[in-house]
Amino acid sequence: MPNTTALPSVERLLPQVRELLGPKVLASHCHRGDETILVAPGEIVSVLAALRDDKGLDFDTLMDLCAVDHLPRRPRFEVVYHLVSLAKRQRLRVKVPVEEKSPSVPTVSGLWPGADWFEREAWDMYGIVFEGHPDLRRLLMYEQFEGHPLRRDYPVNRRQPLIGPRN
Amino acid sequence: MGVLNAFTSKTDALIGWGRKYSLFNYPFVTACCGMEFMALAGAHYDLDRFGAAFPRFTPRQSDLLMVVGTVSHKIAPVLRRIYEQMTEPKWVVAFGVCTCTGGFYDNYATVQGIDTIVPVDVYIPGCPPRPEMVLDGIMKLQEKIQQEKAGLLVRRTEVLPELPVPYTNRPDFARAIAENAPRRPGAEGGR
Repeated sequence: MPNTTALPSVERLLPQVRELLGPKVLASHCHRGDETILVAPGEIVSVLAALRDDKGLDFDTLMDLCAVDHLPRRPRFEVVYHLVSLAKRQRLRVKVPVEEKSPSVPTVSGLWPGADWFEREAWDMYGIVFEGHPDLRRLLMYEQFEGHPLRRDYPVNRRQPLIGPRN
Repeated sequence: MGVLNAFTSKTDALIGWGRKYSLFNYPFVTACCGMEFMALAGAHYDLDRFGAAFPRFTPRQSDLLMVVGTVSHKIAPVLRRIYEQMTEPKWVVAFGVCTCTGGFYDNYATVQGIDTIVPVDVYIPGCPPRPEMVLDGIMKLQEKIQQEKAGLLVRRTEVLPELPVPYTNRPDFARAIAENAPRRPGAEGGR
């Protein structure tokens, strides 16, 4: 059983992941035991399916799916998938770079039904389109809300109240 | 006229006395302040000593709207609708700093003080307020009610801004509910 406390920056999974995915891994790093790989948006469904179905890695759970706005860096956005193997007690982070112009990533709600609302939240907050999503509506904000509030260029003072005074 | 004035002031005092000790509250609880509200309503701090502990979970039977917790712009029309559904006389208590001013949630999601939506009688700041502070606020509200001169007449005269169309009348919502809500077999015809 892997030691889960006080981990040094030793790659435990990455060799196995690279062997499984080959050239689909664009980059990888390991920081204090947190292992991360970078893949292209077009490959994300096949990569996550491979990581989920591989018996040696066994990433059965999508713990979280979130987005990051790196403005002014390019590519501007990243979508981050946090995978967990409950049986093997190990984690892997998969990142996908997303361009600012028409930001879109294929949906993974076909692999994990729980990705449905994660992707709706990422659409709501960052405006990233998940192609093939069954019901891509806002999750947290109201439908009259304009823009995507967690984008770094959303004005910090902009308010869009439904009733009451506007400021 | 002097006799009539003396009579009215006595009836005002009687009505105020009756109202201040029979506050039926509607707890509009949206966030962590709710825990403090529960502590307040429980046996230890015993809000019932002030005649204000029996929550009515319908606005039509309550006269004290306790807004407890952060109010987002998304829920704001709901709060306003609940306030409008309450019958006169009615009072509003802003419980916690989020309801008073938005608190530290100075962001895109949060209403910066519920007094932008409904009129507020007593503000109780704190994050969350101590139960003693809330009791103090309730007692201040009781003083305010005792001093009111409106008699049995309708008290509120503020003109509130109109609700936006999507929340007042949405035929598409009504239709979606009518068409998609699960029904018992044989429940057609409104039964």
